[in-house]
This record gives sequence, structure tokens and C-alpha cells, in this order.
Amino acid sequence: MSMGDGQHHRNQSGNRVVITGAGIVTSMGLGWQDNANGFREGRLAFRDITQFDTSRQRVHQAGEVALPEFLPDTQLSLRQTARMDRASSLLIHATAEALIQAGWSADDLLDEIPVALGTSAGAMVCGEEFCRRAIEQANQRRGQATRIHLYQAQHQALNLENAFGLQGPVSIISNACASGANAIGHAFRLLKYGRHQRVVAGGYDALSELVFAGFDSLQALTRTLPPRPFDANRDGLALGEGAAVLMMETLDCAKQRGADILAEIAGYGATTDIHHLAQPHPEGDAALASMNDACNEAGLNPGDIQYINSHGTGTPKNDVAEGRAIQRWAGAYTREVCVSSTKASIGHLLGGAGAVETVISLMALKGQWLPPTTTIENPDPICTFDLVREARDANLEAVLTNSFGFGGANATLILKKFL
Amino acid sequence: MAFFSTNESIVIKGVGAVSPAGWSAGDVVTKTLSGVALPFEELTREGCDHTCKVRRVPKPQERQAFARHPRLRRASAISRYVAAAGLQALGETRATAVREGELRLGIIVVFATGCVTYTRRFYEEMLDDPALASPILFPETVFNAPASHLAAILGSTGISYTLLGDGAEFLSGLDLAADWLCTHQCDGCLVIGGEEIDWLISEAVHLFARETILAEGAGALYLEREETPEANAVQLSQITPPLLYTNVGDKKLAPTKMRELLKIDSADERRMLLLDGLQAVGKMDKFEAAAWENWQGQRLSPRQFLGDALGASLAWQCVSAVSLLEEQYKECHSAIVSAVGLNQQSIAAQFSKSSRSS
Repeated sequence: MSMGDGQHHRNQSGNRVVITGAGIVTSMGLGWQDNANGFREGRLAFRDITQFDTSRQRVHQAGEVALPEFLPDTQLSLRQTARMDRASSLLIHATAEALIQAGWSADDLLDEIPVALGTSAGAMVCGEEFCRRAIEQANQRRGQATRIHLYQAQHQALNLENAFGLQGPVSIISNACASGANAIGHAFRLLKYGRHQRVVAGGYDALSELVFAGFDSLQALTRTLPPRPFDANRDGLALGEGAAVLMMETLDCAKQRGADILAEIAGYGATTDIHHLAQPHPEGDAALASMNDACNEAGLNPGDIQYINSHGTGTPKNDVAEGRAIQRWAGAYTREVCVSSTKASIGHLLGGAGAVETVISLMALKGQWLPPTTTIENPDPICTFDLVREARDANLEAVLTNSFGFGGANATLILKKFL
Repeated sequence: MAFFSTNESIVIKGVGAVSPAGWSAGDVVTKTLSGVALPFEELTREGCDHTCKVRRVPKPQERQAFARHPRLRRASAISRYVAAAGLQALGETRATAVREGELRLGIIVVFATGCVTYTRRFYEEMLDDPALASPILFPETVFNAPASHLAAILGSTGISYTLLGDGAEFLSGLDLAADWLCTHQCDGCLVIGGEEIDWLISEAVHLFARETILAEGAGALYLEREETPEANAVQLSQITPPLLYTNVGDKKLAPTKMRELLKIDSADERRMLLLDGLQAVGKMDKFEAAAWENWQGQRLSPRQFLGDALGASLAWQCVSAVSLLEEQYKECHSAIVSAVGLNQQSIAAQFSKSSRSS
């Protein structure tokens, strides 16, 4: 707040913001290397769902994570560890990797570093269990207080703080499938405008029966796995789960400690598509505005961006609307911009998608290669851009990632190679 | 909030509320001042051996114009509460300016439990037969559905976040709004806290304190940035950092530390008004009550009369603070809003009247 001593004042030009650590957990694997290898090889990572009974659902597979039995080393008590929900576990695995990569010390973590997280469902599994027991055993309350406590999204955030000794304020953004990108964008602005020097930011969601049934009820899930974003015969998305976390800091902060800088976050756009609660504007108006806003902030033109990690769900309406937005955004440059959807390999991670796809974009930028959409057989006519169907090397200076959610929450992030 | 320069103030330009007392901010203020608690009803469900006391929002006396918007046709109660409070706070003139693209609006909606009614209904349908669960209900279960509906009603295509947290999160929403305004991410910002009653959440709340009377509704503040606010304009003058309940942050001590962080001169308290979160339930109130035990200024506790609507109650505290500084408590220069959340954080805000003349 503005009052009191030691307050920062608005930095008109803004700090440069860099990423010094990244952690990722998806059905492709646990950690940067497994995921990078998987996407470079064009692997698909779907399997039968084991987290809940799908015998009465129309779809039975998803990008379910094979979580290890044990958490990484944390400061959690045995009781806290024993009560850990799946969403928290995903988040803690990703954060542990990012922290090690960033090299933040225990003293650094005492610095009231804010935590910005995006999630669509929190620990919905705990909420489901609470609800199921309340319905089936209305007068049995044993364990119910714990379940409702674990369900709330702040519980995952506090688990994260407790696990690593973080003490900063928590922001939990729930903007459906754009949540993770919004959280990173929020962190970016906190750093850019000098409110903080470091932020932990990311997104997560675990598979949940309720959410799975919800997408199934909308007939949004493909019944012919794998999903085929941007294919003319695409018939829906596959759900996935996972988490990704970034350690972000101002360039000055990173330089002072001699940190290895992975990339710079240069721009963020956040807009609202008011066309329909669950469908995008067919011309992608808000998506276009989000991409333009991010470019303006980054000081880049479409021609300066070589790769787009698209939202690309594989639903008929989303891909056309996003494709149209890309065409309008890129203009004469459309044929040259490379586009893929990595949801074809791991599914749609909902609140985790924006963060996970930011880390995949970061891998591409760092490694100078393009992650593919390998499931396309017959590209949709909207694909007048360079659709990446096989992994390939590339010269990447700047990449853009889109996340569009229910309710019209649209977010775009631009990463630049750090020079 | 870090970005205030000496030339900029965050001014509250409008308030709105829907509560068990009625469909206006004035109803919240009147009930808060009345000293008389609203009647409650007993919420029951088949097969359950205990009841929950609740205070529901009454049906509006006449159908409001916004309720005819197609987006609200199938929306849950919480979406209507959020929309109604937000539109009141914004006012018709500014709503028109948003629709015509002349005012870049930011929207922040804050929930502790959110769209619980449709979520529970959808889950029950899914338990019966997932193949028959309603595709109409599911999109309305998403946390940001109410923010989306409000944006659609207003034709607002700018930035919008839905924040989750315990009942103290609304003040973090105000803090974020101040950030957006000071960094020119929007021209004006609505911050809305809302909740709705469902047996599921009522029973959950009663697991923590059976005496709690759950309420529902929404409260909203509309904020703008001004270099030279009018004399006596109510501004957001400080928000404490949130004090988290972690392994190193003790919930018992957090409210006292929160009060210390406000740095209020005790001699000045007599010219200040405290809007606290006490609900007359000892178990829930004890830490907050201890923190403010020796408060010397005037003091009101809206939850005691309206019920506990989690994040929405904190919004009502803020609505009351702003309204009372403007009208009934003109002798006070500031109002403090105290928020001691259940399982995340303690945080406080100060609203003050501008001494500058325009």
C-alpha cells in the first residue's frame, strides 16, 4: 500500500522482468528434461484414468500424471504431508524444480516473496469427497471439516508457502483456462512496476471427476483420442493435469546475484471475450486484442515473433476463432509465423495450461526448437500459418503463448531470448 | 499498494450491495446502524438431523432491468448478486461510458466459496448418471462465470480477474484494483465480493462454528485514480500487507500485528470509525476481538445484524465504511475495516476523507 516507509514508487518505464527458474509436471513427465525430451520426440502422453471411476463416462483417458510416491524435500510436517491433496503435490513438485534452478537461497525466501497462482478447480477432488459424504452420510461429520479445508484454493497456496518457507502474500486467480497465464502476467506486472523484486508464479489443476463430467456433458471431449488441434476433423479436447511454476525476478535482482537467466518476459495481454460464456467470438476479437496488447507492451511487432504456442484445444470453435485471430494479428506475416498446440500431447490442463505452456515455450526458446502438434492428419483451412507438425530446430528470438478460458478470460504472454 | 505517487489518490466513487437487508447499499448501512439483527430461517434437508441458520437475500420488489439480460437467464443467484452490486456501484452514467468504449473498466470479483449452488447440483446429477448431467449447469460452476456475466452486461472487454481466498480476500482485491489504476491498466475498477447460500456450504460453515448464521449477497466498490480529489471524497488510504496463517505466521497473533501495521495514533482513534468482522460467535471472533479490545473510537459490526456472508460480508464492511464517512459519521476523518479470515490471512484497510479542495 502507498502509506508508510519503504514503499516503492511507480516506475514509469518499468523494470525488465526475467525468468531464472522453471518447474513443470505433466503427463509427459516430471521435470524440464522429461518434458523437453517428450515434446521434441513428439510423444503423446495419455493413459487410462486411475483417479476416479470412468465406467459411466463416455471417455476414459486423459493426460494423467504418474506422480511419484514421495514429495521432494520440504519443510512440511509429517501431518501436513500426510494430508497433501493431489493438486498441492503437483504444485510442490514443480516449485521444487524451479527453486533449485533459480538458486534462490533460504535467506532469499525470507524476503516476503509473493506467490501468484492460477487454478480453475483448486483441490476439487477434496470438494467432491466432502459433497459425496454429505449426500450419502448426511449425519456423519467425521473428517468433513478437514475435507472442506483442504478443498479451498488457499490451502494449496499455503501448502506451497509452508513447503518452502515462503512468507509473501498469496494471489489466487481463477479465470478458468487462462488462470495460469494470468498469474504469470500478474507477477510480471508486480515486478515491472517495482512492487516486488521476486515473485513465484504458476498454475496447476489436478484431474477431477466433476470437471471431467462437465466437459463430457458439453460434448467437448474427444472420443477419438488423441486430440487433433487445428485438424479439419478435430472433434474435441482431452483433459490433462499438471503444474508449472516460474521463479521470476527483476533483471537488476537477477544480475546482482549473477543468476542464469532463462528468458525475459516482455509483454502481457489480458482481455475479456463477451461473446458467450463458453464459446469464443468467431472472429477472435478478444484474442486479437490480447495478442496486440502483449505485443504493444513488449514493443514488438508480429514479425518479431517466430512461434506461437496456441491455446489450440481441438474443439471446432476454439481453433477457428484462434486461427482467425492469428491471421488478423499477423497480417502479411501470417505464412511465416510458426504455430502449434502442445495440448495434442498432454491434454488441456485448464488452470494449469497457461503456466505449463509458458514453460514449454520457454523450453523452445532456450533450446531453439519448435514443439509440434503431431496428431494432425488434415489441417483445417484456417491454418494459413506455418503449422508445426514435427519438432524442428528454429531460430527463435521471441515466442508468444495464448490462453483462452470459459467466461471469455483471454491472456497472452510474450517471452524473449535474454540478450 | 506500491504505486501511489504524492499526486495520486484512489477514490471510492461508488458503492453497491445486495444483502439479506435488501438490494441496495443503503439497506446494508441502515441495518448496520439499526443495532437490530435480521430474522433468520432454518435451512433443512431431507435425511440430515440438524439445521443451519441462514439469512437469505429477499426477492427484489420489482424486476431490475439488468436481470433481463440473456446472460442472467440461467445464471445462479451469485451472478445476479454480483451484477446488481457492481452495477449499483458503477452507476448508469459510467455504465454507459463503458458500453460506448469511453471508460476502460477493470473488474475484480472475489470469492471464498463462489458458485456453490450449481456446482453441488451438477455434482449430484453426475453422481446419479454422468451421461445425463446438465451441460447448462456446468459452465455456471466456473469461478469466473459471475465476472464474465457482468462484463457481458456492461460490454466490458478489459482486464478481469476472479480472486479466491478466505473471507479476508476482498481487501486484497482492493489492493489489486489500486495497482491497476496506478499503473493505468484501467480507468476505473469495480471490486465485488459475493457469496450464495446452499445447504452444502451452510453445513460446511457449521463444522467450524454452529452458532454462525450464514448470509449471502454481494458488495461492491467502484474506484478511480484522481490527482486532486474533491474535499471530503473518501479515498483508500492504506491496506496492510496480509498476515498469512503459515507455519511461521500464527493466526492467534496475526490480528494484533495487523492492527500494529496500521500505525494509528491512539489519540486519533476517537475521530475514527472501526468496521470490524465480529459476528457475536465467540469461537470465530476471539482473535479479532482481542486485537481491538482497547479501541477508543466508534465501532460497528455489520455481521452481527446481517450474518456472515464470508467475502461478501467484508465487502459490506467496506461499503458501510465509505457510506458512513460520507453521511452519518461526518465527524470521523477515517474508517478502519478489519478482516480476520478463517484459514488464510488477516488484513486491514483504512478509508479516509480527502482534506484537499478541488
